[in-house]
This record gives sequence, C-alpha cells and structure tokens, in this order.
Amino acid sequence: MKVEQQCKIIARERLTPDTVSMTLAVGDMVSSAITNTGRPIHPGQFIHIKCGEGLLLRRPISIQSWLGTRMGGTITVVFEAKGEGTRWLAQRQVGDTLDVLGPLGNGFRTTSGPYLLVGGGVGVPPLHACACYTGCASTAILGFRSKDRAILLDRFDEDCVDVQVATDDGSLGYHGFVDALVRQELEKKRHYQGVLACGPKPMLKRVAEVAAEFGVPCQVSMEERMGCGVGACLVCAVTMKDGTVKHVCKDGPVFDAEEVDWDA
Amino acid sequence: MPDVNLSVNLAGVTLNNPVVVASGAFGFGREYNQFYDLSELGGICAKGLTLHPRMGNPAPRVAETPMGILNSVGLENPGVDAFIKEELPFLRRFDTKIIANISGNTPEEYGVMCEKLSAAGVDMIEVNISCPNVKAGGLAYGTRPELAAEVTETAKKHANGVPVMVKLSPNVTDITEIAKAAEGAGADALSLINTIRGMRIDVSTRRPVLRMNTGGLSGPAVLPVAVRMVWEVAQAVKLPILGMGGVSKGADAAQLMLAGASAVAVGTALFTDPFAPLKVRDGLAEIAGRQGLSAVSELTGGVKPW
Repeated sequence: MKVEQQCKIIARERLTPDTVSMTLAVGDMVSSAITNTGRPIHPGQFIHIKCGEGLLLRRPISIQSWLGTRMGGTITVVFEAKGEGTRWLAQRQVGDTLDVLGPLGNGFRTTSGPYLLVGGGVGVPPLHACACYTGCASTAILGFRSKDRAILLDRFDEDCVDVQVATDDGSLGYHGFVDALVRQELEKKRHYQGVLACGPKPMLKRVAEVAAEFGVPCQVSMEERMGCGVGACLVCAVTMKDGTVKHVCKDGPVFDAEEVDWDA
Repeated sequence: MPDVNLSVNLAGVTLNNPVVVASGAFGFGREYNQFYDLSELGGICAKGLTLHPRMGNPAPRVAETPMGILNSVGLENPGVDAFIKEELPFLRRFDTKIIANISGNTPEEYGVMCEKLSAAGVDMIEVNISCPNVKAGGLAYGTRPELAAEVTETAKKHANGVPVMVKLSPNVTDITEIAKAAEGAGADALSLINTIRGMRIDVSTRRPVLRMNTGGLSGPAVLPVAVRMVWEVAQAVKLPILGMGGVSKGADAAQLMLAGASAVAVGTALFTDPFAPLKVRDGLAEIAGRQGLSAVSELTGGVKPW
C-alpha cells in the first residue's frame, strides 16, 4: 500500500539564491517503491510535498538522489523557489518535518550508458540521478540562464564522462541554448543509447527535434500543473501525437519524445 | 471510539457510512485503492461519463486560489461503454456503493446512458446537469428549471428503478427552483453543490492561469456556500441530499448534515490528503459520539436556526 509519510529534513543547502537542495529522511519509502510498483525507485520520479496549511495542492518535486533503507533511507530533492509553495518549502529548516507522498510517476527507462543527458535550469537535478544510474558513462549538456544560476556542476563532473555547459547570456560555457551543443555532440559521436532530457517545454521540443534528426531515441520529462499526483483528477494533461491524452503524474512525467504532440 | 451507527440511507440505498467520494476527484478508484481498501468508503461517485469518449480541455487545467482550486478538466473520460467494460467490474469488487455520474448533450443521451448503466448494475446514477446544453444553444440544464425537469424525467424513465440523483449547479440565483423542478420530475435524491465558476489571472503575464480562462472553484473556500445551499434546498424539497463542497474534516461534514444532508462527499481534500475521506468519517463518528448520538444519521437536518 502507498502511504503518506512525515519526513524530517536532515540536510539543507542553498545552491543559488533561489535554488535549494534538501535531504529528507524517508524511512522505507525508497524500498517500498519496489513493493508498490514492482520496480525500484528510478531517476525521473518525483515526490509530492504538502507546502503549508493554506495551499491545497502538493508540489511535485523530482528526485535528485536517494539512499535505500539499509543505507539510511533518504531522498534528496533540488528545487527552485519560484511560487508560493516552493517559497514556503525553501524556508523549511533542518529538523522540520514535511508531509510527503511518493515516489510517484514513471521515470527514465535506461540500461547502463552511455546516454546524452540534457538539462535546463531546475530540470538539471533529476539528470544527476540518471548520470549515476547509467554507470557514470554518460555525457551531460546543461543549460542555465547565467553562471550564477548554474547548479550541481561538480556532481556531474564526478559522475559523467564529459560535462558541457551553455548559458543564455554567455556568462559560462557556450553562449546559447543546449540544443546547439546536442547537435554538435550527436554529429561527433554515434554511440549514445539515447537522449534523456528535462527542462522547459520549448527546450525539450528543440532537443527532441535534434535527437529525431539523428535517429537517437529521446525521452523527455514533462511538467504540467498537477493536482492529486496519482492519476485520479486528470488535470495534468499532455496531448499525444496519436490524439490521445496522457497525464504527467501517472503516465509520465517521462515520455518518449516521439509520442508527444509538441504543437498541441 | 463510542459505538455510533455510521450507516445512512440515501434514496433507499444503504451506505456503510455517510462519506462518499465526489465525482471527478477519485477517477474510477484504482489510484486511491493503492492507499486503502475502497470498502472503507460509504460510496464512490465515479468520474463523470459521457456517451462518447472525451479528451477534455487543454492544460493548464488547474489553478490554486485562496483555500481553493479552480479546475477546467472538461469531462475527460473514456465514455460510458468503456466504463462498464473496464472499470465497473473492478469497482464492484468492493463493499461500497457505486454511483455513476453522467453528462449529456441532449436528454436522449442521458436516457441512453441510464439504460446502459442500469443494465450494467450500478447502485445509483448521479445526473450532472451543469454541462453545456447544445440543443438549447449553450445554456446549462442546471440553470433552467424546465430543462432540469426534462433531463430528470428522461433519466428516470430509462434508469429502470436505479435511483436517480440530480447534481445541482450553484451558479444560479435560486437553487431551490431547480431543486423543486428535479423533485417534480421524479428525482430520487439531489447532490450539491457542483463547483462555482471562477477565474484567476497571472498578474505578470496578464493571462488567466487556466487555458480555458475560467473554471470551477472547489475546496474549503466553497464550504459556507455549500452549507447555505444544502440548508435552503433541504427546506424546499423532501428529497434526500448528498451534500458536498469543501469538506475536509469531520466538522465540515457535520455542518452539511445538520443543514440537511443525509450523506456527504469529499473531493478536493483528497489532493491534499488521500486519506481525507477516512478522516472525515472518523471525525463525524467522534462528533456524533461526543454529542451522545447513537447514529450519525441523527445529525441530518438538526440545525437550530435563529
């Protein structure tokens, strides 16, 4: 059975003025994933966190890393404080308790590397879990608005073969968007099992187009305003190419890029 | 907990307890069955059905508001046939009452769906009359007494004895007019309130948050409106009422019952807490016990107005 769990914050770090990393003690949540879904927790899944008393909707936050019950039972999330809920969350301190549902959703489907990991902004953290999960054989292409918003670069350096950075203003790495770097990389190397992408929708669309051009399978983690988080309320709809509707929380958040109707 | 009888009667249907889950908030039950046994619930109002499958509206379909949410899902559903084939057998495995919720474009569509559902075996049919009426030029059935009566009559005629519960829209000047029309046309019960039309605008982009611009408001913000309307309707008609709107704890449910509801539905509270219906049930039992009642049903209509 799935549970709602009270999880204590055991570590908290501000990565940029707006971005916070939090580690939660989640008891047996990590190992319970396998009993509930038949498969272990995996990158791209999220936890659904209640953000205070006045806000009725939980906030879905993707998981950056985790440790199994025997290793301590923790989940680390990285999020940007940009709305009312995430600002509340960012103010919580070590020792505070959060009301958490999870792990929820379907993450990236991977075998051991090498993959091309493409992240934009606050879409970058779950790809770090992909880096570890794909045997540290992958390459990461990470985009940020500017140098001062770059996060987790040292972690990617440790767990990837190569890390390339793009910024919108050119203050760090390549001056421009990640899809240009994706194109360069796919032109140079043909050995990638696939592209795994997480970030804003326009970025995902462009990355999906480039991947399709090179015939490389691409999975994208989609975002949509969410309600229940478990597939009952149907608010987080995404239109598929075949005209059907799927839901980010239950069918996703990770979808095959070629399934998605990018012009809907 | 003191020994309080939790069972209630809604239009001849006995519910194990007065807490039902509201249509649209609970899908067809599979998701929440991962959290608890659905037999714990008094009843399940299944996700709203239409004669043919519907894709619903474009996203964003939800917006958060002070103590509420707006939604504009737009009746996304697999259609009544798929419900009967794929979902109803699953729901029937539980010791709880199954209430199908239907929306039609014409009275005939309501009739066809009632035939299908009564033949398939549901415990009750909840007739949603708050959806657009194509025949009458986009007006909602729920805002015109004569149209509400027509739909109720057709549904009743084709339900083959399965109780018909008409779900009323709060977006009217006088809800008792519609309630009386449904009663006069043979409804067995009424459920209220549906969501209240609302809107939220993102000030920085000047865009409505919902892609459909407006949507239906639910959550604790609407509870006082629901209590008032249940109270008004309870005085105007003799039909049993399933009260809903913003219930998230036992005391909220008790208010609706005191106002005249025989049972209550929990909807939006599920999104904050999947266990909300069970907590509402336990909270109600505790209140009844504290007040020395032997049955929660004694709360119904017990308000002492000034």
